[in-house]
Amino acid sequence: MQQPNKLSPFFENLNFERDDNTMVVNFGPQHPSAHGQLRLVLELDGEQVVKAYPDIGYLHRGIEKMAENMTYNEFLPTTDRLDYIASTSNNYAYALSVERLLGIEVPRRAQVIRTMLLELNRIISHLFFIATHALDVGAMSMFLYAFREREFAMDLMEDYCGARLTHSAVRIGGVPLDIPSDWLANMEKFCSNLEHELEHTYNALLQENRIWKMRLENVGVLSPEDALSWGCSGPMLRGSGIAYDIRKEEPYELYPELDFDVPVSDLNDSYGRYRLYMAEMTQSIRIIRQLMPMYGETEPQLMAHAPQYISAPKEEIMTQNYALMQHFVLVTQGMRPPKGEVYVPTESPKGELGFYIKSEGEPYAYRLKCRAPSFFHTGILQELLVGVYIADVVTIIGTTNIVFGEVDR
Amino acid sequence: MRKYVPKDSVQKKAYYTDRFHVVPSTPREKVDSDPVYAEQLEALAAKVEVKSSRIELNCMVVEINHEDNFKALEVLKEECGYAVLTEMSAVDYLAKDGNFEVFYQMLNLKEVKRMRLVMRIEQGLAVESAVPLYKSANFAEREMFDMFGIVANNHPFMKRILMPDDWEGNPLLKTYPLHGDEFASWYEVDKIFGKDAREAIGPENRDEAKVERYDSKRFSRVGYEVPFGADVNAENETETAIEYSKTFLVDYNKGDTKQLKERK
Repeated sequence: MQQPNKLSPFFENLNFERDDNTMVVNFGPQHPSAHGQLRLVLELDGEQVVKAYPDIGYLHRGIEKMAENMTYNEFLPTTDRLDYIASTSNNYAYALSVERLLGIEVPRRAQVIRTMLLELNRIISHLFFIATHALDVGAMSMFLYAFREREFAMDLMEDYCGARLTHSAVRIGGVPLDIPSDWLANMEKFCSNLEHELEHTYNALLQENRIWKMRLENVGVLSPEDALSWGCSGPMLRGSGIAYDIRKEEPYELYPELDFDVPVSDLNDSYGRYRLYMAEMTQSIRIIRQLMPMYGETEPQLMAHAPQYISAPKEEIMTQNYALMQHFVLVTQGMRPPKGEVYVPTESPKGELGFYIKSEGEPYAYRLKCRAPSFFHTGILQELLVGVYIADVVTIIGTTNIVFGEVDR
Repeated sequence: MRKYVPKDSVQKKAYYTDRFHVVPSTPREKVDSDPVYAEQLEALAAKVEVKSSRIELNCMVVEINHEDNFKALEVLKEECGYAVLTEMSAVDYLAKDGNFEVFYQMLNLKEVKRMRLVMRIEQGLAVESAVPLYKSANFAEREMFDMFGIVANNHPFMKRILMPDDWEGNPLLKTYPLHGDEFASWYEVDKIFGKDAREAIGPENRDEAKVERYDSKRFSRVGYEVPFGADVNAENETETAIEYSKTFLVDYNKGDTKQLKERK
């Protein structure tokens, strides 16, 4: 053992007098492939990982604590900062749990817009995954192509809500805005463009690429039993051959009316998961295409009518005294939902994102627990990384698609 | 006299509550109303004591004794098909009855059912770890330990997960202030500069919205401008005239404006 003193300091990455001659390496928290602030303490035997210990908490902001000190509407923009790659899916998961707690129905136009935004966010997140995963593995051109398309998708988000990253595009009880006039036409343009790019650029670049396949096939193999035991969800679960998509099984929003497939891979490895992400983007385009004609058939109402909990539309507030009074009370004091607890799962791009809310009838949530998929996917690393070579560590971190805003909260 | 501040919960509270406001409750059903849940509850009740049960918003909630948690989870996994432990954590009820409420959120993939196993546990007592059954409890229990200080017995690596290892206090307790306590404000000062430097540096400001009126290095006040770093206090602060830039000002009195007879 080392005996550090002022003359010979403690070297944390070296174990001098160990029989097994392993070396401890700190991977991160500042590392381009660490996808944020992941610190991995790896014990290496030569180039092989003997022990891996994911150390998280470098981005811990206490979002659950903040939720206990904010009214329900105040907290909504904070949820943007969870999975900051696809913020609308966080906003939506939170808004949906509060709506279930309140027991209110959302108008159909808001549902169409929400579902469209959710799928657009799924595309944004998956493009980001493909881009960074390929960059980590070494395919730099893929990063540039996928980020180009992602820019167009973020332009669409910007046209809708004015923000590119932290959208807050969903409100409790509906959506704040109607879509701009040429938005659907732009969306169609984006969809056909992405469809073309998916087939002719991304798949052509990666799908049968020899290097890509060698780097991904049989790397990060996760058996179905382990996937269930580790609480995996989303593409990590479906990549292990378990067909469970919350959009299909426990449908919410307009998903029961929509026709889409759930891609499943039984390869259990990183390559299978990569194929899933690609297939899911195609399905998202399919969903958006079905939603576009639905939009025209809806009434223009955007927010649910529940005066006890949700402010009236702006026109009413400006013209009717009682609506103004209620708006004033809701803004200054916050809504008071019924007493009870709720857990609503949603299928975010990363997996099962759910909010457990315990309400005591106060304007502040008594307890809010954010069930983030990435948190549980980070836990797998301690088992998945053991025995692999250090070059594959980066591939495995990439394939879990973890985002640290969500892991640390 | 100073204003009384309750010590058992320092979280934000509603400043006004209508005396006649009756808090409604979410709709709750009996477990018998759903045959699948009823069967599962029967299997559970055969092995452990069930204190209460209900269906609340599409989710069965079953309350048990905290000693039975491992046995109950085993029954749920082996007999009732709950293959996934989605989430587990705790709720702080120390101020109300001196207990924590620990919950396990479970998912049955085959029958698409969700249930929540709930138990009350006194402060200082430990729960039995669920890691032998569900590996997802590994991180979740560590987080619960970190945030509430509830230890899970037989956990393979019971250590703080989000906060630093040498942190004092459990952030999600109701007694823990939002901006951190006394320990938190000295943590980084002690860590980086050492305890000797406390006097020279002062405690860390953990309220990012705080504005210090007489700190001329970080804040300025319109109408009271002083040079950067100047020593200002209530006695010596003087009002300065606001000087506007002449560049953008149009002098309409000069007479060089003209009125158009018709549109251009």
